[in-house]
Amino acid sequence: MLQVRDLRVSFRTEHGPVRAVDGVSFDVAEREILGVVGESGSGKTISLLSVMGLINDPNAVIEGSIVYKGRELLGLSPRELRQVRGKEIAMIFQDPMTALTPVYTIGWQIAEQVLTHNAVSKRAARDRAVELLTAVGIPNPEASVDRYPHQLSGGMRQRAVIAMALSCNPSLLIADEPTTALDVTVQAQILELIQKLRRDFGSAIVLITHDMGVVAETADRVMVMYAGRVVERGTKRDLFKAPRHPYTWGLLDSIPPLDGPRPRRLKSIAGMPPSLLALPKGCAFGPRCRYRFDKCGERPGLGGSHGHDVACFLSPDARAAAWSGRLLDTKAVS
Amino acid sequence: MTDQTASAVDLVAEEASSPLPAARGPWVTALRKLRSDRAAMAALLLFVVIVGLCMLAPLYATYVAKTDPFRSNLTGKIMVDGKRVPVMESSTEGLGLGFTPMGPTWDFRAYFLGADGQGRDVAARLLYGGRNSLWIAGVSTVICLGMAALVGLVAGFFGGAIDWVLSRLLDVLWAFPVYLLAISLSIVLISHGIDIGPISINSGSLSLPIFIIGIIYVPYVARPIRGQVLALKESEFVLAAIGLGVPSHRILFRDILPNVMATLIVFVPLMMAINMLTESALSFLSIGVQPPDASWGTIIQDGQEQLYTRPMVALAPGIAIVITVLALNILGDGVRDALDPRSKLRIRSA
Amino acid sequence: MLGAIVKRLGQMLFVMVGISVLVFLIFFATPGADPASRIAGRNASPETLAAVRKDFGFDRPLPVQYALMMERLFITQDLTSFVNRGWKVVPAVIDVAPVTLSLVVGGAVLWVIGGVIIGLVAAATRGSVLDRTLMMLGLIGVSMPVYWLGEVMNLITQSRFHDSWFFAWVPPLGYKPLTSDPVGWFLTLVIPWITLATLYMGLYGRVLRANLVEAGQEDYIRTARAKGLSETRILVRHALRTSLITIVTLFGLDFGALVGGAALLTEVVFGLQGIGKLTYDALRSLDLPVIMATVMYASFFVVVANAAVDLVYVVLDPRIRTA
Repeated sequence: MLQVRDLRVSFRTEHGPVRAVDGVSFDVAEREILGVVGESGSGKTISLLSVMGLINDPNAVIEGSIVYKGRELLGLSPRELRQVRGKEIAMIFQDPMTALTPVYTIGWQIAEQVLTHNAVSKRAARDRAVELLTAVGIPNPEASVDRYPHQLSGGMRQRAVIAMALSCNPSLLIADEPTTALDVTVQAQILELIQKLRRDFGSAIVLITHDMGVVAETADRVMVMYAGRVVERGTKRDLFKAPRHPYTWGLLDSIPPLDGPRPRRLKSIAGMPPSLLALPKGCAFGPRCRYRFDKCGERPGLGGSHGHDVACFLSPDARAAAWSGRLLDTKAVS
Repeated sequence: MTDQTASAVDLVAEEASSPLPAARGPWVTALRKLRSDRAAMAALLLFVVIVGLCMLAPLYATYVAKTDPFRSNLTGKIMVDGKRVPVMESSTEGLGLGFTPMGPTWDFRAYFLGADGQGRDVAARLLYGGRNSLWIAGVSTVICLGMAALVGLVAGFFGGAIDWVLSRLLDVLWAFPVYLLAISLSIVLISHGIDIGPISINSGSLSLPIFIIGIIYVPYVARPIRGQVLALKESEFVLAAIGLGVPSHRILFRDILPNVMATLIVFVPLMMAINMLTESALSFLSIGVQPPDASWGTIIQDGQEQLYTRPMVALAPGIAIVITVLALNILGDGVRDALDPRSKLRIRSA
Repeated sequence: MLGAIVKRLGQMLFVMVGISVLVFLIFFATPGADPASRIAGRNASPETLAAVRKDFGFDRPLPVQYALMMERLFITQDLTSFVNRGWKVVPAVIDVAPVTLSLVVGGAVLWVIGGVIIGLVAAATRGSVLDRTLMMLGLIGVSMPVYWLGEVMNLITQSRFHDSWFFAWVPPLGYKPLTSDPVGWFLTLVIPWITLATLYMGLYGRVLRANLVEAGQEDYIRTARAKGLSETRILVRHALRTSLITIVTLFGLDFGALVGGAALLTEVVFGLQGIGKLTYDALRSLDLPVIMATVMYASFFVVVANAAVDLVYVVLDPRIRTA
């Protein structure tokens, strides 16, 4: 349904061009949940913002191809893009506290979106708003529809934002770290809500996060990004059971274990993500990778089998050896 | 496996060679930002040129124009294009009675902008007037910001009863319409001067307008300063300092003051512009700078009588004010942009 | 709720009383100020001075004088001028109020419309030549002394270009009442309106643009874009609506001050006998009763404007309502 091919986004700055997204490709099938994982600066948000055409910076250069339901989105006029945004593809953002306009009620704002894309009466739009608020589990929707954003808690606000995003039955919902700003119990509720909505509304969801736990919980397929590039891609199962990229290993390692002996130190990935102004030649993760060798001076392409792709030069044998070495390390540390 | 294992040494070497941008303090960053703002730099240059020209007023009057801009010159004659021309020409307006001052000669050496109603050289008076206008604007700004900073810091930092009293005082002062306060004080003080105990200022002194203009805008600046101090007091780094047991005066000087300094610096060009306009208004109403001193406002007042016949007398100082205040405003914009942390280039993190 | 209103009214009263006391002190109690000698004239004999003092009640203690003046001003309303004996102050103030009102209301309409348009256009075309030009023009408008601009306008319309068709319609300086001569009223006020509005238009345009640009960085604008709303709608319905609060607050305070007499420079330059001119003349001649009356008039409007602005703030910003 959504096919992104070789997406490249760079920004002209006074220090030279900054490559935020460097040849990213992925697909999203109908009704599936794709988890996009990576740390800050990995390019995950910007990739998805380009899908929506929400990058307003005049210094931005966007190249590549984004095909949605057979239609190329890059290069569409603003008017055409507006018809896609909010109607076919919707996006929600990280901080629910500031996501809604403070001077209008949430019902008004939801109705505004409905009315923009559908020729219905104000009454009908308002009824739809109540319907949506019920669907997302906001208590007392008839009264809540006339509340102002500041009268709702963070979790409630995020639900309202989700309701608003789904108001026109989009085929794709992009959620950019929707739970990062919320506390853990609310986080669980929102994730549950997102999954339920996938069932009820039939939308595909792209879930951007830096939290592997969230991915494990909700995603069907996962894509790992680093320094603006895709480093691994596959089903959730593949990724968690048999991860192939050293960065993914590092991510998985850094999750504190629930069982087994208690580690004395939490594992982290050594080093720091590269400055986007000065990306290393070859593999972007190379400088931090324990297993790097000479070939890593070239940039690895994304390749693999059975839907599980990885951008790494490690041969299957070397990988297996590294993997078992890791297991030994884990035992050694604790 | 050895060829695929990166050694720790390699890793460290890699990190050392990757370029991290050098750390820069906030003042240096702000200065760099200001310097790259071309409009602000041009405005600063313009302002400096204006100040320079006005400082040279005595030199101009004595050596170039060879006039005494403070002495009436009703019967004088000067050389223009080789001919002797009277400074005050017989008026051709109306009944033909009275005199009309000469218009601009556009000759630097004499009466460049013409003469005023008293036969004085407008250009020379303009420069002298500029000195007073700039001086008053500058000193009153210093007084205003100094007092506002003091009041704001004390009220904000110490809170409690001190804050309550100071805030009430500020409220009453600010509730008084500014122009009324300025005019009232000016009329009263300028007609009598101040004679309280050891302080004795005669009514012609420039200190009076400076003092008056200095105090009327104190609430305008003190309030934001106080607000900022209140907010800073709750900020985490200050709370941490208090928690560590750092004494109050150190917190005041090392944590709060630098932040407040930034706000004050932004206010400098802004208040100078406002004060200059206020002084010119008061002088225009004859309750600012008093004769024999001149300021741009008084010269506009002088030019009122001949407005329709010799407009240059009133136009020139007005244009001077507009240019100076404009330069200050542009500079003020630039300073504000430079010191505002929010306006840094934002690359949204992915 | 009622308690809050009463409290607010009490504050307003307190402020007005405070101002009246302050004015009284400034004019009656500053060292060297002797109202009797001003009235009697210089070189008056001591007997004349004493007689004047007794006549006007200057020999009574200051608080008594203050109380008497307040009583005459507000209660019996027969306070008379010191300079023009017998001239009742309160009717005088009421007589000139329409002039100021005409000037200020007309100017306000002009500068609000102008300022909002400038702000919107500049923010919408942010970074363009149009934006920078508008902001520079606004800045120039703010940098001009308003009385000088008035003089320049007079120079152009009354003298230099008066004979050209462009400005031939400009009548001589002065005011014509609306009720007796509506056309004349309008014509005499056009140039003063433009003069007064120039300063404020520049200011409001700049403030609005800054607010709109700042609002544009907010998250909720990004959400609005993600909803598929048009840029115009986002600008007007979302950005402007939230920036309106600042503009309305500013307007309330400026308008209140101007109605109270802050436009005095404009009135002086254009020969309009309004409150500002009355205030100024009274201040010049140190006509204390008139001063007191005009100052009270002015502070009344400032205080009312402040209260009105706070009220409007609650209406415009729902976040304040429930707080």
